[in-house]
Amino acid sequence: MSEHQPATINDSDIRVPDGHAWNKLPAILGGVGLIGLAASFVLRGEHPEQFSFSYLVAFLYFLSIALGGLFFILINFASKAGWSISVRRVAENVMATLPLFVLLAVPLFLGFEHLYHHWLHASVEDVVVQGKKAWLNKSFFSVRTMVYVVIWALLGLFYYSRSVKQDQSGEPKLTEAMQNMSYPGIAIFAITTSFAAFDWIMSMDPHWYSTIYGVYFFAGCLIGIFATMILLTLLAKQSGLLKQAVNLEHFHDLGKLLFAFTVFWAYIAFSQFMLYWYGNIPEETAFFAKRWYVVHHEGTALINTFQTSSWATISVILGVGHFVVPFFFLMPRTIKRKPAFLAFGAIWMLAMHLVDIYWLVMPENPHMHGFHLTLLDLTTWVGVGGLFLGAFFWVARRQALVPLKDPRLPESLRFENF
Amino acid sequence: MANKLYGALAEFETPHAIFEACKKVRDAGFKYWDSHTPFPVHGLDGAMGMKRSKLPFIVLVMALTGAIGGFGLQTWTSVVDYPWVVSGKPYFSWPAFIPVTFELGVLFGALGAVFGMLGLNKLPQLYHSLFRSKRFERFSDDKFFISIEERDPKFDKAKTVAFLEEIGSTNVELIDE
Repeated sequence: MSEHQPATINDSDIRVPDGHAWNKLPAILGGVGLIGLAASFVLRGEHPEQFSFSYLVAFLYFLSIALGGLFFILINFASKAGWSISVRRVAENVMATLPLFVLLAVPLFLGFEHLYHHWLHASVEDVVVQGKKAWLNKSFFSVRTMVYVVIWALLGLFYYSRSVKQDQSGEPKLTEAMQNMSYPGIAIFAITTSFAAFDWIMSMDPHWYSTIYGVYFFAGCLIGIFATMILLTLLAKQSGLLKQAVNLEHFHDLGKLLFAFTVFWAYIAFSQFMLYWYGNIPEETAFFAKRWYVVHHEGTALINTFQTSSWATISVILGVGHFVVPFFFLMPRTIKRKPAFLAFGAIWMLAMHLVDIYWLVMPENPHMHGFHLTLLDLTTWVGVGGLFLGAFFWVARRQALVPLKDPRLPESLRFENF
Repeated sequence: MANKLYGALAEFETPHAIFEACKKVRDAGFKYWDSHTPFPVHGLDGAMGMKRSKLPFIVLVMALTGAIGGFGLQTWTSVVDYPWVVSGKPYFSWPAFIPVTFELGVLFGALGAVFGMLGLNKLPQLYHSLFRSKRFERFSDDKFFISIEERDPKFDKAKTVAFLEEIGSTNVELIDE
């Protein structure tokens, strides 16, 4: 009953044609990425510790976006969603970069001594960390690190290969298979992402723990994927692709999801903060103390000087920029239906997501006194980001940009918001 | 007392018929008219040329009122009116006020949504002239209706009935107020 029934989709709308600018992107972006990584390794010679922390930030930032893509696919099949089919392949292409992160996880091992020295070299008197030895030891930790990335890569390939296969055969059984896998898939995703966040980020301070930490990281993953999907889809439209398949209604919904998850992020972040603030027990408030005050270590103890550090500024920017500003900016319907405004919102959230990951990781570096950016922050970010985006465009141009024969595609093309 | 005319009621057989008819009524420039269907017909609001509802704005104002009121009440009671040290924290312990602020924002927003919706729809209404029509009962079963009110400046008894028949109505009747 729509006012504007969509025309059938032309091949030129959904396939990157020969000679199109997108064909050059994999090589350019991949090249930039490799240069970034090479520069990082050169700089590592003098600043090995800074490299470890900067690389972890860059790795987690782009991994979180790819993981958001995986979750978006899982939740779409679990809920048998119809609206999202015409933008699903964009998320699938992001998800299809997950195997790359198996390789990108390897340099993490170079940073073990810096990132996790608290528990790698815990003193005998440190009974808290000694009690966690069964979980926090180098060999088990290394195995877990690889298990996480391999599981995500396999899940990603499971979905990508079947979705692409359906482009040829149109077999509805493939949809069923992907649906059936999504229910255990979500459980596997939830457990692995939570534990990855516990291991890679939270264990940098093995004395401190937060049960909601995994959910916090997950909230960031979804901010990342929705903002990325909005930008990449808009970019495709700007480059003359997806003009028929994707319309304002899809952007409106992606905007709604981006808005919803900024609220979700704030809810989770505040839930974590308020309980520790209320309880006011030094070992629990340590996480926030490091991000507000000047602190230093004496043996196993963390000494708080109660002098405000430069991290307090970052904490305020995070709270205001990751929640208050986008909450009011993304709320009106008009904003979500104006591509330029929505693109601004998406870029803003991607920037804030980077602040978030940086804020999680960097204050754990005991030798970094206060907030200051380094060249390695830039080179690692460009390195991982270049490879990630290069991989995205490399995957994107190999197949149609829309799951052509998905049984629910017509539903998505007709989709309208009330 | 002579009965005053309420308007014309036109019956349609299919969602497609009423969808197309609505577009024509819209384009004819009528203002006081409505459509009645047994289930939501997708895109009908567009076909009717309806403007965006004011409801989101009401909800926003209400939610902000609730949130600001909740935060303000807690601040006033614990900082100004009856300062009291709780667990050694400052009087103005804003993190402790957030849950109540959030809940009151949600509560007021929800109340604004429900009562705003009722208000904008002029509900509850105990009586409506259209209920005079026996055929109209089937609007909640298998028929689709368009009603055009007499107070519409474009309304003309004979012309409007003819117009409704012309745009595909299977039965047009005039309803008294």
